[in-house]
Amino acid sequence: MAAVSGLVRRPLREVSGLLKRRFHWTAPAALQVTVRDAINQGMDEELERDEKVFLLGEEVAQYDGAYKVSRGLWKKYGDKRIIDTPISEAGLRPICEFMTFNFSMQAIDQVINSAAKTYYMSGGLQPVPIVFRGPNGASAGVAAQHSQCFAAWYGHCPGLKVVSPWNSEDAKGLIKSAIRDNNPVVVLENELMYGVPFEFPPEAQSKDFLIPIGKAKIERQGTHITVVSHSRPVGHCLEAAAVLSKEGVECEVINMRTIRPMDMETIEASVMKTNHLVTVEGGWPQFGVGAEICARIMEGPAFNFLDAPAVRVTGADVPMPYAKILEDNSIPQVKDIIFAIKKTLNI
Amino acid sequence: MRKMLAAVSRVLSGASQKPASRVLVASRNFANDATFEIKKCDLHRLEEGPPVTTVLTREDGLKYYRMMQTVRRMELKADQLYKQKIIRGFCHLCDGQEACCVGLEAGINPTDHLITAYRAHGFTFTRGLSVREILAELTELVCSAHVYVLPFPGRKGGCAKGKGGSMHMYAKNFYGGNGIVGAQVPLGAGIALACKYNGKDEVCLTLYGDGAANQGQIFEAYNMAALWKLPCIFICENNRYGMGTSVERAAASTDYYKRGDFIPGLRVDGMDILCVREATRFAAAYCRSGKGPILMELQTYRYHGHSMSDPGVSYRTREEIQEVRSKSDPIMLLKDRMVNSNLASVEELKEIDVEVRKEIEDAAQFATADPEPPLEELGYHIYSSDPPFEVRGANQWIKFKSVS
Repeated sequence: MAAVSGLVRRPLREVSGLLKRRFHWTAPAALQVTVRDAINQGMDEELERDEKVFLLGEEVAQYDGAYKVSRGLWKKYGDKRIIDTPISEAGLRPICEFMTFNFSMQAIDQVINSAAKTYYMSGGLQPVPIVFRGPNGASAGVAAQHSQCFAAWYGHCPGLKVVSPWNSEDAKGLIKSAIRDNNPVVVLENELMYGVPFEFPPEAQSKDFLIPIGKAKIERQGTHITVVSHSRPVGHCLEAAAVLSKEGVECEVINMRTIRPMDMETIEASVMKTNHLVTVEGGWPQFGVGAEICARIMEGPAFNFLDAPAVRVTGADVPMPYAKILEDNSIPQVKDIIFAIKKTLNI
Repeated sequence: MRKMLAAVSRVLSGASQKPASRVLVASRNFANDATFEIKKCDLHRLEEGPPVTTVLTREDGLKYYRMMQTVRRMELKADQLYKQKIIRGFCHLCDGQEACCVGLEAGINPTDHLITAYRAHGFTFTRGLSVREILAELTELVCSAHVYVLPFPGRKGGCAKGKGGSMHMYAKNFYGGNGIVGAQVPLGAGIALACKYNGKDEVCLTLYGDGAANQGQIFEAYNMAALWKLPCIFICENNRYGMGTSVERAAASTDYYKRGDFIPGLRVDGMDILCVREATRFAAAYCRSGKGPILMELQTYRYHGHSMSDPGVSYRTREEIQEVRSKSDPIMLLKDRMVNSNLASVEELKEIDVEVRKEIEDAAQFATADPEPPLEELGYHIYSSDPPFEVRGANQWIKFKSVS
C-alpha cells in the first residue's frame, strides 16, 4: 500500500498543470492515478497473485521500462520474474512487452501463427495464456516507423483477443483480465496516455478489479448521435461532446475497450436509440476498426434505425509525417470529430 | 508402448500361427545384451563427447526395432493414402530418418519436452500418440476412440480432432508440428525457459532442419538460450536438402554443429540409432547440469521428397537415394547388429514386421472408416476457458457455435 501511495503522490502534483491542457473530470480530493501507474499496479498485483506470471521485454527490468511502465517491478520480483530481453523482435503465463507495437512486426509470425492459432490447430489441447502489451499508435514526433496503429491488424485474427484501454481504470482492469485470460491477448496501450492521471474509483483500487474483455462502456449518455471510439481518441470524443452539448447536441460516447471480440450489442442498442453513428479511431481508414463497425451495423438490427449513413473519422491515409503541423493533421482532432458529427446530423 | 504390445499380441494370439517356428524362437538362447562400437562425434567447444561404445539390451533392441519399423510403415502408409487422395494438403514424410526420432526419445525422459517443424509424424509417434490417432488426424477424422488419454488437467484427447492436419499434431510434452520454418526454435527456447523457471530438471529438445538453420530467429534463440543458460538442446536434423536446395547451395558453412558459435556442439551419425541415443544422453546430461544450451547436428537422410508433391529426384540422383538405402538404412543397421550379436533372430524380427504391418493396416482402416469431424465443430476451440459464443461463417446468416 505504501508503494501505491508513493506512486500516486507525484501525479497529484502534476494534475493542476494538466487540467489546463487536458480534458478529464476530477474532484481534487479523489484518488488520481495515471494510466502508467494503473498498468504498473495491475501487473504488480497479478505477479504477486500467481507465481507463473512473469514479464519479459526490452529494458523492462533494470531500466524500469522504456516508458517506465514496469518501474519498480524488477526490484520487487527479481531476475526470475522480470526479464530483460536482448533486442529481438511454456504452463507459464508470460507478459511480453513490446517497446512499441511497431516492433511487434518482427515477431508478428509468432503472435499470429504460434499464439493465436495454436489452440484451434491442436483441437483444444494447447492453450496459450500469453499477454502482448505495449504502446500502440501515434505518439509525438516519432514519425512513420514508430506510429502505426495495429488495432485492425491484430483485430483481424481469430484466436486473439485484442483490448485497447483509454483511461487508468481501463488500463488496470484490462491488463489484469488479460493476464488472467487463458488466451493470447494483445493489449494496445498508448504512449501519450501513460502520463495522464484519471480519477480512480474505489472499486478500481481492489486487487480483484477486473474489466471484462469483450464489453464496451458508455462513457457519456446521449440521445442525438452515437460516437464510438477506442484508446486516446475517446478523450477527444468526450471533448467534442462537451463542445456540442453547449449547442444542444447530446452525444452518446462509447469507449469500445475491446477490439476483439467486439461488443456490437452495446453499439447497436445505442444506434437504435440515437439513429446516428460516427466511429473515431487513430488508425488508417482502409480495412479499419470503423469499417468493421459500419459493416456490422449494416448486417444487424440497427441498420433500419439509421437516419443517415454511418461516418468514420480516422487517421489520414498516409505514413505518419514528422513535422508537427503535418502530424497534427494526420490524426483525428476534436474539430474533425465535431465536423463529422454535424455532417451526420445535417446541422 | 507396453499397452500397444499387449494389445497387438492379444490380437495375434487368436490367429493361426506356425507353432513350430514359434517354439524354435522361444527355445533359442539369446544374449541379454551386447556391446557395440559407435562412431565418434565431431566436437565443437567440448573437451569430451559421448562414449564410443554402448550397451544394447535385447529388450531395448526389440523396442527400438519395432518403433522404427512402425514409423517406417506408417510413413509409407501415409504415402499410399495421400496418393489415394485420402490425405490432403501438406504431407512431409520422414522415412529414412527413423533413427533420429526413436534415438532421441531413447535418450530422454517422457517428462522432457520436444518441439519440431513439419516433418513431425515420427516424433508424434515417439512422443506418445498411437498410429491410429496420427493417421486419423491426417485423414481429417475425428478419432473418437481415444487410445491415449493425455493427462493435461481437465482435457481428454489424442489428436487435434481434424483441426490441425499433418503439421499440427500435439501430445503431452510435444509441441508439434509447426508449419512456419524456424518459428519453432524460439518457441523451444521458451519452453526451455519454462523448464528452468519451474526447476524440475527437465530439458527441451528443439529441432530444426538444415534449411531453417540459416534463419535469423535461430540465432536470436541461440543468443538468449546461452545468455540465460537455458536447458535447451538445439538439434539440427541435417538431411542434406532444404526442399530442393542442397546444403552446399544454401549455407556458407555446412558445419551445422558449429553454427551455435558460443554454444558447444556435436555432430552425430543420425542413421545409427545407438549413436543418436548416446549423443542425446550426453547432451541431456550437459543441460541438466546447468551449463546452458548445447547443439546437436544429426546427419541423416530422407528417402521421400520434401513433401508428397515432390518426387525428390530432380535435385538429387536415384543412385544417391539407393546408396543410402543399401548402406545406411537405420532399420537395417540395427537389425544386422542384433542378429549378428545374437540379440534376436531374423525370424523374430520378421514377426515384428508382420505385426507392425497389421497394426498399420488396422489403423489405416480405422482412419479411413471413421467419420469426418462434424461441421458444427468448425467454430470450436477458438478460445480456451471461455463461455460459448458465435462465430461467423461465410456470410452473416451462417453462424457456428464456438465452445472452448
